[in-house]
Amino acid sequence: MSVQTVIDDFIIKNAADLDNLPEYSGKEFASDQDVRWCPGCGDYTILKQVQNAMPELGLAKKDIVFISGIGCSSRFPYYMDTFGMHSIHGRAPAIATGLKVSRSDLSVWIITGDGDSLSIGANHFAQLLRRNVNVNLLLFNNQIYGLTKGQYSPASPEGSVTKSSPYGSIDHPFNPLAFSLGANGTFVARAMDRDPKHLKEMILRSHQHNGASMLEIYQNCVVFNDGAFELFTDKKSRPTEAIYLEDGEPLIFGKDKNKGIRLDGLRPEVVELGDQFSKDDLWVHDEKDQTKAYLLSRFFEQNAAGSEEHFPRPFGVLYAEDKQTYDDGVNMQIAHAKETQGEADLDALLEGNETWEVK
Amino acid sequence: MSIKDQVREEVTIRFAGDSGDGMQLTGSLFTNTTALQGNDLRTLPEFPAEIRAPQGTVAGVSSFQLKFGSNEVLTPGDECDVLVAMNSAALKANLSLLKKGGIIIANTAGFDKKNLSLARYPDGVNPLDDGSLDNYTLIRIDVNRLVKEALSEMDISYKDQERSKNMFVLGLLYWMYNRPMESTISFLEKKFGAKKPEIAEANVKVLKAGYFFGETTEIFSSRVTVKQADLESGTYRNITGNEAIVLGMVAAARKSNMPMFLGTYPITPASDVLHGLAKHKKFGITTFQAEDEIAAVASAIGASFGGSIGVTSSSGPGIALKGEAIGLAVMLELPLIVINVQRAGPSTGMPTKTEQADLMQAVYGRNGESPLVVVAPQSPADCFMAAFDAVRVALEHMIPVMLLSDGYIANGSEPWKFPKSNDLPQINVEFAKARSGDDLEPYKPYNRDERLVRKWAIPGTEGIEHRVGGLEKEDGTGNVSYDPDNHQKMTDIRRDKRNLVAENIPLQEIDQGTESGEVLVVGWGGTYGTIRTVVHQLRKEGMDVSHAHLRFINPFPKNFGEMLSKYDQVIVPEINDGQLVRLIRSEFMVPAKAVNKVKGRPFGVSELKEMIKAAIEEKVASES
Repeated sequence: MSVQTVIDDFIIKNAADLDNLPEYSGKEFASDQDVRWCPGCGDYTILKQVQNAMPELGLAKKDIVFISGIGCSSRFPYYMDTFGMHSIHGRAPAIATGLKVSRSDLSVWIITGDGDSLSIGANHFAQLLRRNVNVNLLLFNNQIYGLTKGQYSPASPEGSVTKSSPYGSIDHPFNPLAFSLGANGTFVARAMDRDPKHLKEMILRSHQHNGASMLEIYQNCVVFNDGAFELFTDKKSRPTEAIYLEDGEPLIFGKDKNKGIRLDGLRPEVVELGDQFSKDDLWVHDEKDQTKAYLLSRFFEQNAAGSEEHFPRPFGVLYAEDKQTYDDGVNMQIAHAKETQGEADLDALLEGNETWEVK
Repeated sequence: MSIKDQVREEVTIRFAGDSGDGMQLTGSLFTNTTALQGNDLRTLPEFPAEIRAPQGTVAGVSSFQLKFGSNEVLTPGDECDVLVAMNSAALKANLSLLKKGGIIIANTAGFDKKNLSLARYPDGVNPLDDGSLDNYTLIRIDVNRLVKEALSEMDISYKDQERSKNMFVLGLLYWMYNRPMESTISFLEKKFGAKKPEIAEANVKVLKAGYFFGETTEIFSSRVTVKQADLESGTYRNITGNEAIVLGMVAAARKSNMPMFLGTYPITPASDVLHGLAKHKKFGITTFQAEDEIAAVASAIGASFGGSIGVTSSSGPGIALKGEAIGLAVMLELPLIVINVQRAGPSTGMPTKTEQADLMQAVYGRNGESPLVVVAPQSPADCFMAAFDAVRVALEHMIPVMLLSDGYIANGSEPWKFPKSNDLPQINVEFAKARSGDDLEPYKPYNRDERLVRKWAIPGTEGIEHRVGGLEKEDGTGNVSYDPDNHQKMTDIRRDKRNLVAENIPLQEIDQGTESGEVLVVGWGGTYGTIRTVVHQLRKEGMDVSHAHLRFINPFPKNFGEMLSKYDQVIVPEINDGQLVRLIRSEFMVPAKAVNKVKGRPFGVSELKEMIKAAIEEKVASES
């Protein structure tokens, strides 16, 4: 007989009736704990949008788990009325991997920051993406170490003057989306705290993706790095500095939707829509195109490499690929072994291949 | 000349050759055959850390020692009766381990000019010819030539000929010690039969050639028989320590009916635990080869949070990396099994050599007050029950348990009277129950029972949604708390909870000797066989010496302190610079004496005997 563990039984017995879930409101996903982020912190809106998105997942509360590392953002699980673990610095992706692989019935969310995931935990972050573990990772990027009171992070722009870099940081910063694509991430997206509607949409997209979802969220640290993303979040500059990606739609931006991006071979260029170029000449976004996703991820430095041109920062889903998840792979191997290798006979295992008798 | 039959009680053989000569396989095959013959035995494989160490050099020598007998065999032997030297370097590296008057079987092809020079013998010196081995029985055999002749009718490459040399020596030793060849032949046929039948045939041919060489030449005037050992009746198999850990883990998973998740990262000498468990998926075992030691333990904690038996395996350097995460498991009060197959340290140290120097690391090696349980197996076969116990305690007490094995017992092997699954105790696991209703109080994950154990509250259970974390928490609610009194309380609770494990483990027993007296030798872990043998000899010599061997070190068994107080002297031999001895001194205020060695090898029996005698006399001297 093949092994049916107590957890296999537990999952069957406790399976939520998905057709008759309670009508949750976002508020019901708030725990009884006081939220202790600084007033005005971008984390508040992200928390709110995550809570608002939860009732739309179509899952029972009991089947949702939030796992975080260390940092301001990592306090997040305490504020969610789901299962949660506030773990240790940088390791949330590894903990989530162990949980998801052994409990594929759960919806597992990782809450992390730029310090947590891009320096101490960068290895786990990359490995999670390449393995394609079916979890959702929300990377709160505020380009600073907040909890330790204001040192530059691996995401801080070069020259950042902080407590630990009084003469300006000389680190070249990480480009988190290029890093994620380089790790063969199967879902790579960006959102910002100041556009809650789009943020919620991206949270839901992350959930819908079958595989490791990496959603970078620009988050304002009001105390140590206020205004880091103002260019993109300010209503005045946003139209020219940010571009929202829609699958199958041309890349258009600008105050009056008067600008677009076209591809000259593999070289992107900003064009004015009008006499010379029309919508039909523009680059049409294709979430499944890895090469173009990479080009989009390079709209990062103020001027793209080798170009005089200034590109807007892309928001939305850069890349989404359907690929076997790690947890599915593991569970398929186990199921196959159970099916093909005969009975799980402990006595036969203990006995081994060669024995002898002592009378 | 007729060949006489000699009966001996025990024999120690040491196979030594170049890393590429297949000495480990030769030793293992001889071991299996010998085990099937019903002898008691212990083995000691020793090999360089380099996968392909420079050929022909002393650094590249790999050896395998095996002692077998018709009485209880508890150590692989201090010195060997027979040394097989496949080349000059093997002789040079191992001659000091051969008994005076012992037999050297030298492959003369390994003593040509090139090999002698690689082994750094002075120019023109060949130990086989210069009389330096006159005190030994030297048997010279040109194994290379004999193998070539044996295979002359086969179309086989030079390389494959070279590779079958070890089978010639094995065959010869089978003849010398009256062992049958069947088990080895069936192994060779299984290993090569399907894909390379000609290789199987060649190896079997060479094996037989070695056997018949012994029979037809008149090099030996006698053959040795070692009768079946008087072991406890039952069915036996041979097993190494790492294999026994694997089986102990699977057995514990089945007896608790729990899924098991091993998160690990390859490291010598612990990797065989991963290799072994990776095969047992059908028993509900998941293995995850993580990106590093930290991810390995972290993934195990994640799995444990979800209701699996979380296991991680490593050796000292990896355990150092896991420290922070083990502390998290202590804080979360989740079950976690940490397997440390110790090797010689510090830092990278000597990966393939044994040591017991991670005890302090196991007991104290984390930030903050971070109590966990430490269990140490005492022999290869004992790794089974120690592993089983480690899982049992972790699950029943919601606490991390460190299983401290070592390279010596991990790679060494011995006969094992394996249990029936029905004879193993059931491990009972109970998860927190679901709750429903409208006005539920927030769930209290840190409510405890009388043993201070909290409930295992796993995701997917309705109405008990809750958060845990590495921050200090209020007892009961689990809410983050910086309250001074609460931290004191939680520190005390975590300590007391660990100490209460003592209620769930056997009392310490005297392995040999009397319940009080002059000297108690206290050991732990892999030194068991040697200490037992030494104490047996000392008692035979009329000395008042007893032996107790600890399996649970943290907490100690409840009666251990009282036991110590009943002897005039306590002596603690360890393969480290004095660790258990310090724990004993500080915990029980007993002036225990340390007997230590750190050479990457286990104690030898005569060596330890002298050291213990010296330690006893030291006391007498200081009193007079």
